[in-house]
Amino acid sequence: MKDKKELFTVSVYTENNIGLLNRISAIFQRRHINIESMNTSASEIEGVSRFTILVCVTEDQIKKIIGQIEKQVEVIKAYYHTDEDTIYQESCMFKIKSDLLFDERQIQNIIKESNARIVTVNKEFFVLEKSGRREEVELLHRELSAFGIMQFVRSGRIAITKNEMKITEMLEAFHN
Amino acid sequence: MNLQTVKIAKAENQNSERISGSEAIIKCLLAEGVDVLYGYPGGAIMPVYDELYKYQDKIHHVLTRHEQGATHAAQGYARISGKVGVAIATSGPGATNLITGIADAQIDSTPMVCITGQVPSHLLGSDAFQETDIVGISTPVTKWNHQITKASEIPEVLAKAFYIAKSGRPGPVLIDITKDAQFEEFDFKYEKCLGIRSYEPTPTLNEKDIISAAELINSAKKPMIVWGQGIILGQAETELKSLMEKAGIPAAWTILGASAIPTSHPLNVGMVGMHGNYAPNILTNKCDVLIAIGMRFDDRVTGNLASYAKQAKIIHFEIDPAEVDKNVKTDIAVLGDAKESLKSILPKINNNNHSEWVQQFKDLYAIEYEKVIKKDIYPTKNGLTMGEVLKEINNQSKGEAAIVSDVGQHQMVACRYAEFNTSKSNITSGGLGTMGFALPAAIGAKMAAPERDVVAIIGDGGYQMTIQELGTIFQSKVPVKIVVLNNEFLGMVRQWQQLFFDKRYASTELVNPDFVSIAKGYYLEAKKVTKREELASAVAEMMACKDAYFLEVCVEKEDNVFPMIPSGASVSDIRLE
Repeated sequence: MKDKKELFTVSVYTENNIGLLNRISAIFQRRHINIESMNTSASEIEGVSRFTILVCVTEDQIKKIIGQIEKQVEVIKAYYHTDEDTIYQESCMFKIKSDLLFDERQIQNIIKESNARIVTVNKEFFVLEKSGRREEVELLHRELSAFGIMQFVRSGRIAITKNEMKITEMLEAFHN
Repeated sequence: MNLQTVKIAKAENQNSERISGSEAIIKCLLAEGVDVLYGYPGGAIMPVYDELYKYQDKIHHVLTRHEQGATHAAQGYARISGKVGVAIATSGPGATNLITGIADAQIDSTPMVCITGQVPSHLLGSDAFQETDIVGISTPVTKWNHQITKASEIPEVLAKAFYIAKSGRPGPVLIDITKDAQFEEFDFKYEKCLGIRSYEPTPTLNEKDIISAAELINSAKKPMIVWGQGIILGQAETELKSLMEKAGIPAAWTILGASAIPTSHPLNVGMVGMHGNYAPNILTNKCDVLIAIGMRFDDRVTGNLASYAKQAKIIHFEIDPAEVDKNVKTDIAVLGDAKESLKSILPKINNNNHSEWVQQFKDLYAIEYEKVIKKDIYPTKNGLTMGEVLKEINNQSKGEAAIVSDVGQHQMVACRYAEFNTSKSNITSGGLGTMGFALPAAIGAKMAAPERDVVAIIGDGGYQMTIQELGTIFQSKVPVKIVVLNNEFLGMVRQWQQLFFDKRYASTELVNPDFVSIAKGYYLEAKKVTKREELASAVAEMMACKDAYFLEVCVEKEDNVFPMIPSGASVSDIRLE
């Protein structure tokens, strides 16, 4: 079991500095680990960035990687979680010919059933947006493929953890 | 920089003054107590050199012959003094030439700050002349790095650089400064960095871990200590000695831990690892409690992990949480500074002497002495051995010299046989194994400790990788003693070829120049020894010389270093021949 690879969501709270993305991705690159997806954004704390990194490794590996990430001077704290520990989403967009919306009735049903949202429509094309789990996004992609997709893009995973991550307390402790 | 992210020492009475970025750099260095820096000028760093010219009575710049030499000199300086070494170079090739030394300092936890010039900020990313992405290149081999494009950032960033380089587990920091930031004038005020909110240099000691570690040590029948450089970096030599003596625990060292405890101490049982001593390697797999202090279980120490100390409970005293359970699973991890941790565990340790257990180390040493050591230091064959040269240096320096070794066979011999009375006396490239390290590192070491004899022991291969630093030694009048042990081979690789590649000596034989003439070309005193009867007097002449001295000793061409743990084998499979 120990050697079994599984998906882990890594959450890293950092200072917002140039070069840190490079420093963190190098930790994976050096160990020959492929990053499945990576997202960087603001966090709940002003001035603190949050990385969400998805990797497929063993638990032993991810523990060591977390140690290496936390060792970086500008990293405040890093965590790893399994899918069960998080609420996670991806987002995707499709660009599709507008004609199809009227010619193929099936498309309208797909949009309805998948809870996708039409972002914009014009004479040439319409843009569809869908947020959800990877399987839902992939299902929608498969269904729409039959009709022809002009463009497709999918974001990296973003995830909220069920457990608390006490970053604010940590930062307050620094000033006391 | 956001003030909320760092703690600074407020300099209330200090008025700001309007100066250039380059002058600010010098003032920052002075404020951090830097008295010497090693470097090489060039276009993008010229404003700083112009200030160095003005401040030459306050700060000494040593012109090396290659930027790699500047980093190794800064490392030698740092390793013998415990202070931060500083290297400086221009952009592009100047900066990339620093990388080997930076990588070496990173893996050997050496505090160093490197300052590089960079093309003006408006040219960044334009493939300008001598532009290279040194921040990108140095990222994986620095503890921290940063690019400055505005003069006003200089004081804060340099304060952070010194704080990061020397705190916690030390390491190299690179600061890249664009040329326009060096020229720009601003209101300068220097405030030292006292803390960074995202960085915890030293973990807080946990009393519970101390108690459980003490219990385990007290209950041990066959305990063994393996200490590393953490003892030296943490200045915990006295505490380690007290622990060894109070609990009667035999203690062995990693290559970078050498000299922390005097060689002659009865509980100092020698070096662990690939070419370490027989007893501590064999008994690693016999002890019941292995107490690792300030070391990282490098593969050259552990051999095959699957058969490393499996019978033992492991206690790991360590400052860097990422090292715990990285290679060897520990039973008790004591996170924190070595000195503080050992201080708090000492009162909880019972007096003990494991005399039967200690005797086992002595018995195995006797075997190693008969099979290996005697032949090395009192050879009966014609050719000179590296071991007898070390023995002679020991005799004449009485263990007071600092030994700076390069990488290869001579390094293993130097670390095995050099006798040390004081800490911080063994300076070598451990983790990275950087050939060419010793000659420039000896320059830095001698300058940081001018009162000490600094003897560089170098092979004929590594010597030629940074031989140009003889120019630095001559120009800056650094009285180092240089011993080249010449076997006309890349000896360690040749040894492996002999043992594991059926003696196919691919590209390991060296056709060497006349080293004495080269040294004399740099106006150094120089001598060559080829016979045993000449050795003692030549070493005496070298030790007595007030200036730099070069001694070439022609040793047996195909001697091997033993004991040896073959790559991938267990520590207890160590071979004596």
